[in-house]
Amino acid sequence: MSAKLDAKIPSGPVEDKWDEHKFHSKLVNPANRRKHTVIVVGTGLAGASAAASLGEMGYHVKSFCVHESPRRAHSVAAQGGINAAKNYKNDGDSVYRLFYDTVKGGDFRSREANVYRLAQVSTSIIDHCVAQGVPFAREYGGLLSNRSFGGAQVSRTFYARGQTGQQLLLGAYSALMRQVDTKQVELYPRREMLDLVVINGSAKGIVVRNLNTGEIESHEADAVLMATGGYSNVFFLSTNAMACAVTAAWRAHKRGAYFANPCFTQIHPTCIPVHGEMQSKLTLMSESLRNDGRVWVPKAAGDKRPPQQIPDAERDYYLERVYPSFGNLAPRDVASRQAKFRVDEGRGVGPTGMAVYLDFRESIQRLGVHKVKERYGNLFQMYDKITGENPYETPMRMYPAPHYTMGGLWVDYDLQSTIPGLFVMGEANFSDHGANRLGASALMQGLADGYFVIPYTLGNYLASNKLEKYATTHDAFKEAENNVRMQTSKMMSIRGARSVDSFHKELGHTMWEYCGMSRNATGLKKALEKIPKIREEFWSNLRIPGEAGQVNPELEKAGRVADFLEQGELMCWDALEREESCGGHFREEFQTPDNEAKRDDEKFCHVAAWEWLGGNKKEVRHKEELTFENVHLATRSYK
Amino acid sequence: MSDANDKKINLTLKIWRQKSAKEPGEFVTYEMSGVSTDASFLEMIDQLNEKLITKGDDPVVFDHDCREGICGSCGFMINGNAHGPQKSTTVCQLHMRAFESGAVLTLEPWRAKAFPIVKDLMVDRSAFDRIISAGGYISVDTGNAQDANCLPVPKPDADAAFESATCIGCGACVASCKNASAMLFTSAKVSHLALLPQGKVERAERVHRMVAQMDSEEFGACSTTGACSVACPKDVSLTNIAKMNRELLSSTLFKREAAESDGI
Ligand SMILES: Cc1cc2nc3c(=O)[nH]c(=O)nc-3n(C[C@H](O)[C@H](O)[C@H](O)COP(=O)(O)OP(=O)(O)OC[C@H]3O[C@@H](n4cnc5c(N)ncnc54)[C@H](O)[C@@H]3O)c2cc1C
Ligand code: FES
Repeated sequence: MSAKLDAKIPSGPVEDKWDEHKFHSKLVNPANRRKHTVIVVGTGLAGASAAASLGEMGYHVKSFCVHESPRRAHSVAAQGGINAAKNYKNDGDSVYRLFYDTVKGGDFRSREANVYRLAQVSTSIIDHCVAQGVPFAREYGGLLSNRSFGGAQVSRTFYARGQTGQQLLLGAYSALMRQVDTKQVELYPRREMLDLVVINGSAKGIVVRNLNTGEIESHEADAVLMATGGYSNVFFLSTNAMACAVTAAWRAHKRGAYFANPCFTQIHPTCIPVHGEMQSKLTLMSESLRNDGRVWVPKAAGDKRPPQQIPDAERDYYLERVYPSFGNLAPRDVASRQAKFRVDEGRGVGPTGMAVYLDFRESIQRLGVHKVKERYGNLFQMYDKITGENPYETPMRMYPAPHYTMGGLWVDYDLQSTIPGLFVMGEANFSDHGANRLGASALMQGLADGYFVIPYTLGNYLASNKLEKYATTHDAFKEAENNVRMQTSKMMSIRGARSVDSFHKELGHTMWEYCGMSRNATGLKKALEKIPKIREEFWSNLRIPGEAGQVNPELEKAGRVADFLEQGELMCWDALEREESCGGHFREEFQTPDNEAKRDDEKFCHVAAWEWLGGNKKEVRHKEELTFENVHLATRSYK
Repeated sequence: MSDANDKKINLTLKIWRQKSAKEPGEFVTYEMSGVSTDASFLEMIDQLNEKLITKGDDPVVFDHDCREGICGSCGFMINGNAHGPQKSTTVCQLHMRAFESGAVLTLEPWRAKAFPIVKDLMVDRSAFDRIISAGGYISVDTGNAQDANCLPVPKPDADAAFESATCIGCGACVASCKNASAMLFTSAKVSHLALLPQGKVERAERVHRMVAQMDSEEFGACSTTGACSVACPKDVSLTNIAKMNRELLSSTLFKREAAESDGI
């Protein structure tokens, strides 16, 4: 395949690769670092940790986000926890086990070397966060508390009640603000990256829109780091925050960065079911609930009795039945699919029939209300606020929802994309999770990338290349600015009849129906016919009120939806051409007799990385072959 | 079942409309009918905006993102209450079942000099970021940390630190205070870090700098009325303010002693 797709995995045993690589990486002399300007787009866990760490090292950093404050990045919403191979519980954990679990959990579609490094640095993340003052849960002896989470058979998850993401982000944010204080980092909030500037083949800057004034600004740098999050909002309804978008990644893609495995999306099994047409987003209920809650549906289809009136013998605790060894803790993709099967059998519950129960009756009996409240109090309260029901008394109703995207911009071992000088971190890259991400490992990956990987690999890039400086008056900046201005005025001038949201919903429905929890060739082809039509209408019948030169949320959303309308199509192509089932990608044509995902390692043991060709041309699918030298290819079994 | 209870209600909304900080604003009245009680408050405004957009009018601007009560983006006054009538609830978590049909709701942005209006219900809270950047952190560079369990923290301290750290920075405290003081916000961060052994080294310096920054923004003074804590969607306690005052006092003593021992 294309020479560009060299993952640059260091040679040697997997245990030594990262240390060897760090040793052989070139260094930037401390006195020279301040001469390098680095742009970091995004202030979630990945972006804030990178910007802070690079600032500490002495680089001149410019940090951008769409929010009013870096602290509001979507990472703030993560609830359950963060993994690390500390083995504080003496229950058999190790770096190797975390590595093994993650490769297996990802259904053998991730890169061994990356995953090993992730497991290796996981322990330093906890140390660093504690040093920053992150108030993790503790035991009475004053030491850190752990729980088991999302399909792990060891207790390796660190947490801060149900607000782990918030506390980790506030830690990274405070480190970032410390660098702002010392003027190592310049903060640019309320700026949306709308184009990447590439000069002589290397990333040299970005073009942003100031969301408060509408001004288009150019920023130049020696390298651009993107940590702009995931694209679950392509489904319109997801657990992601409203502003989460593929825009930054997609614009970089159109400038030459390959997009890897776009069809690998994660549907989270425990979310509050949809209530109506006006619903704007879905709320996740942390997977940690499955540690003590039991999932069930009535044995008989169409049983409409209230849950309390259904005796145990008439309940089907289907996860415990189908997966006796993992039970309610089966991995996300598996648990979600099983919920869908039950609903498809007509055994779903609640007014819409599109839900399953998550029941705490037994754990309340076993542990007492007090203990359950201590563990899940804030989640129960959140559920109550949204549904008006009290989970201490009646089982929660849950249904799967789009939650996380394993796909993203292709990066090599150094986190560098196919455009030299463009690095991608956190959920925005195609990352270390293969075809399915295990719980509590996204926070780990975001912080690993930002605190412990990029400080080395970026240095290597800066020290190994002769970097030309360009002014923002360079033609490439002008061209990108014009590009942005033209798109803006084109959208503003349509003056059609439909709102942005109406298009977003239409796209979302299409994606959920044909490219959601399970997919098949007929449906995907249908989606591939529908999406261009929605796109066409979008560009001829969109209505954006107001002006471009002021705060205009409709204009912001329109730009994002325009990108989803292109990226959604690529997702369908990727899902169609990956003729196997693996992890979260379930192709109905490829399943075992007992409905488990059936991989095809012969033909598809690779990363698919797509290259944009422009216009309406179909993108080109490149391959990066994956080899498994340590964890041997095997069928996942959670039975 | 909540969905079975799904009712439709009608409302009158009086919303503050203001194009920008420079232009004057005014209340505009909108009638809403057939609002589902299962919808969230922001979904109700989405519905209003959808109507405005299709008519070609400017939709109502409000800040929001996570819509689950954690990012701190949302917030405005509903009939004089920050985030509306429900205790411990951000406006994004507030659901329409909290209102009776026929209710008249007045929606206003946070009113505080330190929070200039950006547009309609959206304000600029960057003053909070500047307070944090004036010392709301522990100075530890990446790579310096010892093993996390080398530093045990008594559980009550860790839990108390967490309670303070749970602040989402929404600004309801400032908006609810008659003086528009930022004491609850600032003290929550000061307490969080002062409660932990890691944070003790810099505590004197920290409290001084953060309070100085707070004073230099246009926040008012604290008269310990406690309206802030009542309005706080995360129940951040008033004891944080008391703690900060103690920190401030002891750090002043500490500073004086240090100066004396230096012979200054
Ligand atoms: C409800 C929920 C719960 C979760 N719980 C867990 C959990 O318990 N454990 C776990 O490990 N993972 C969890 N996850 C996943 C995890 O939170 C995310 O994958 C992770 O936080 C992503 O971090 P990030 O830094 O990559 O991106 P984000 O935090 O999404 O940050 C993206 C940043 O990029 C900026 N940005 C985006 N586009 C642009 C642009 N065009 N221009 C400028 N700036 C831009 C944004 O402003 C933001 O600052 C959860 C996710 C959700 C949705
Ligand atoms: S929108 Fe995030 S707290 Fe309300």
